[in-house]
Amino acid sequence: MSKLVLKNVAKRYGSFDAVADFSLELVKGEFVSLLGPSGCGKTTTLRMIAGFMPPTGGTIEMDGQQISSASGVVPPERRRMSMIFQSYAIWPNMTVGENVGFGLQVRKLSRSEIDRRVDKILDVVQMRNLKGRYPAELSGGQQQRVALARAIVVEPEVLLLDEPLSNLDANLREEMRFEIRRLHDEFKITTVYVTHDQSEAMVTSDRIVVMNKGKIEQIDAPHTLYRRPKSRFVAGFIGRTNFLEGDHQGNEVRFDGFTAKAGNLEGVNGSGALLYSLRPQAIGLATSQPSGQALAVEAEISSRSYLGEYWDYQVRPLTGAKPIRVSTSPSQVFEVGSRVWLEIDPAAMVRVE
Amino acid sequence: MTATASTLDAAPARPGRAGYFDSTWLLWIAIIAVLLFLVVSPFIYLVITSFQAERTGEFTFANYATAYGRARYVDALLNSLKLGAVSALLAGVFAVPLAWAVARTDMPGRGLTRMLVLATFITPPYTGAVAWILLAGPNAGWLNRFYMLATGAEAGPFNIYSFTGLAVVIALYSFPYIFIFTTAALELVSSEMEDAANILGAGPWRTMWRVTLPLALPAILGGLIICFLEAIALFGSPAMIAIPARFNVVTTQLFQFFGNPVRVEVAAAYAMPLLGVTVLLVLVQRLITRRKGFVALTGKGGDRRPILLGRWRWVVFGYAMFVAALSVFLPYIFLIQSAFAKAWGRGFSLDNVSLQNFRFVLFEHATAAQSVLNSFLYAGASATVAVFLTLGVAYIVARKLVPFGGVLGFLCVAPFVIPGVVLAIGFYAAYAPPPLALYGTALILILAFTTRFLPVGYVNASAAIRSLNPEMEEAVRVLGGSRLTALRRVVAPLLKRNLLGAWLLIFIPATRELSAAIFLYGPNTKVASVMIFDMSEEGNFERLAALALILQVLTLPLLWVGQKALGRDFMLRRNAT
Repeated sequence: MSKLVLKNVAKRYGSFDAVADFSLELVKGEFVSLLGPSGCGKTTTLRMIAGFMPPTGGTIEMDGQQISSASGVVPPERRRMSMIFQSYAIWPNMTVGENVGFGLQVRKLSRSEIDRRVDKILDVVQMRNLKGRYPAELSGGQQQRVALARAIVVEPEVLLLDEPLSNLDANLREEMRFEIRRLHDEFKITTVYVTHDQSEAMVTSDRIVVMNKGKIEQIDAPHTLYRRPKSRFVAGFIGRTNFLEGDHQGNEVRFDGFTAKAGNLEGVNGSGALLYSLRPQAIGLATSQPSGQALAVEAEISSRSYLGEYWDYQVRPLTGAKPIRVSTSPSQVFEVGSRVWLEIDPAAMVRVE
Repeated sequence: MTATASTLDAAPARPGRAGYFDSTWLLWIAIIAVLLFLVVSPFIYLVITSFQAERTGEFTFANYATAYGRARYVDALLNSLKLGAVSALLAGVFAVPLAWAVARTDMPGRGLTRMLVLATFITPPYTGAVAWILLAGPNAGWLNRFYMLATGAEAGPFNIYSFTGLAVVIALYSFPYIFIFTTAALELVSSEMEDAANILGAGPWRTMWRVTLPLALPAILGGLIICFLEAIALFGSPAMIAIPARFNVVTTQLFQFFGNPVRVEVAAAYAMPLLGVTVLLVLVQRLITRRKGFVALTGKGGDRRPILLGRWRWVVFGYAMFVAALSVFLPYIFLIQSAFAKAWGRGFSLDNVSLQNFRFVLFEHATAAQSVLNSFLYAGASATVAVFLTLGVAYIVARKLVPFGGVLGFLCVAPFVIPGVVLAIGFYAAYAPPPLALYGTALILILAFTTRFLPVGYVNASAAIRSLNPEMEEAVRVLGGSRLTALRRVVAPLLKRNLLGAWLLIFIPATRELSAAIFLYGPNTKVASVMIFDMSEEGNFERLAALALILQVLTLPLLWVGQKALGRDFMLRRNAT
């Protein structure tokens, strides 16, 4: 049975749809991210799951029981969920130990039991030695760990995270991604994670819900999202890509600067304009004409940037108007203005709406 | 509800929200009822009464005809306006250079100057007025006597009993408002703005005139307006100085309408211009200080370096000490001399020293000691009520717990535009007659004080609540705590200091409130300020000085507590006024 079910959930403010027709099912123990640009409705959705806002339409169920609908909501304190906030919301008037033990205290556990569980979870997040400290004496990363411990120690039915890493610096953010995933693997808590950072979502999640303007664009596992984006928005939001406009005529599709056989491309139907996404990494560059299955297109390097981990080239097909972006390994060096061959595998081109 | 750790309360198909809504509505109704009682009803009664005939209560314009029918009544109105303007300008002359020097320069003794401004600020204007009567009374005043001694002249040049004397005394004790506003603004002008002028070729003085001061100008104007309003609403100093000088201002005239027999209807009618001018100027002040484009009040500060004044720093310091001499040193020296003297006129000789004045006011006078106690009791009660009431309202407004919460907030700040004298007349009109018949009771004083200081409470409470991230409370709730748990375990502990601060900011001025008390006290509810005023009418300056000093000394521990909890300048911040 599904742990958490959102059916056609909607939130309207006047005539503005903050969230529209949002449906999602989470199985027990699943880790799902809500990913999208700011203002896409992901936090609103999370707050509706938490019970801080009633939806204006649709229902939310947990373990088969309805907990939210337009006509009423179970208040957050009776949902047995827990949440990690963007600001961490660590209470500065309580020590680390008191913060973490708070939820257990509310649940009226015995003192010794609270102590035992608090110590155990503080060990897990490597904060045991700071139990008596006040939050003002902690670094951002340590506060984050307290927030994690406080949320997990109550063994919530569902764990909600609202952009929990956005206040950390880049290095720490990367470290904490893995920490969050590690804790999830250890405790198997059903988790909804809100973020605008695609790599955060990809590292942590079993599935990602990509949202845009209050609507779901696509729900899929991270690798599927990357390799098979369904819409132009998803292709552009997850990773970098080239959008290629094709014109389908007969048994071939003409692109700016090259032509592909219709049979080799996916999703060719009807006639007229088709849009494809082609990742810069999926394109090869060579100084001589390559042989093999891939299309070979003669081109010229129009500009380049070196980013350490890879070269980022803008390459214009000789018969085309717009350059195509190509990423190569740092060792593949081409001068600006030099002639090259583009290797394009039609199977790597994904049809998007 | 017996919540256990592991069971979700059986969620009904349609979880009841109705019950929850009812209780918040009840709360809303309760709070609005209190605010109606404190704020709206006195105001409405004030307006109604001004149109009612004495005794019969019929509708009439006669009160207005009486109130503005005599040249001397109209003159009093004009005197008030003139007095407001002159003392506000004087206060500006005192305050602005000090504020600039303290906030932006390397003048020596900046901390000392701040402390002396604070000392000025906590000196009740009527105490200052009394001290200046000792200093600049014609002939007997100390300054005149020193002048005569030094020059051998027959008479001294100073006469406190004059329009100028009154304006100077009022300015001396209201300039801290401008100081507070101006330092707050100057501290937000980033050095980079001045650097930008410097790099384009402007010297330090030019930069100050063209960049720094213009950026602080809205704040200075705002402070001037507050001083103007303070001056026209003041009762104590004008009553002590203007009446012997044989001219009237609005507040003294109102007091005379309240003399035997009480003509509250005429007083209400006569209070209208005071109310009107105040409302108008407060609106203007808000408009000026909120105008966009002046980053000085809204922008982020950035780095600030003091301006190096060189040799001028001693000139500026001299000016600061000159102002402090007028507002603190001289007045307190002679207040203390007087309090410990058998007769103040006999000067500093040792055989003139005595504790009899203190003994008299503390143990022998029938009501003096009681009046001090009353002041502290009533001030404590109103500060407590005001703090909790405004905290409740601020919380409800900030968390949007009820629709139309904004109305509640508005009612809390509305008394800011009602001068104390006018408020007292409203309270008198509303609650003196039966059935409540509160006139002369402790309750009416407490309620009037509460209302007077609601705005201070509200401004502080809502700033405190806004500083609290709502996620702090949401974290409690998502972990299973109720809203009440969140209030008790998180909100209250985090706001402790702010609440203490707000309480002191109400309590301290409430212990010396005179303008409202003078219209509402009864034989058993005399407060210290009224007592001091009575003694001044009797010309009993030695005993008066003793009582005034007792009041000041009792304030010091509170000040100390406030500074410990909230920082040294807690009374000199903008939300203190």
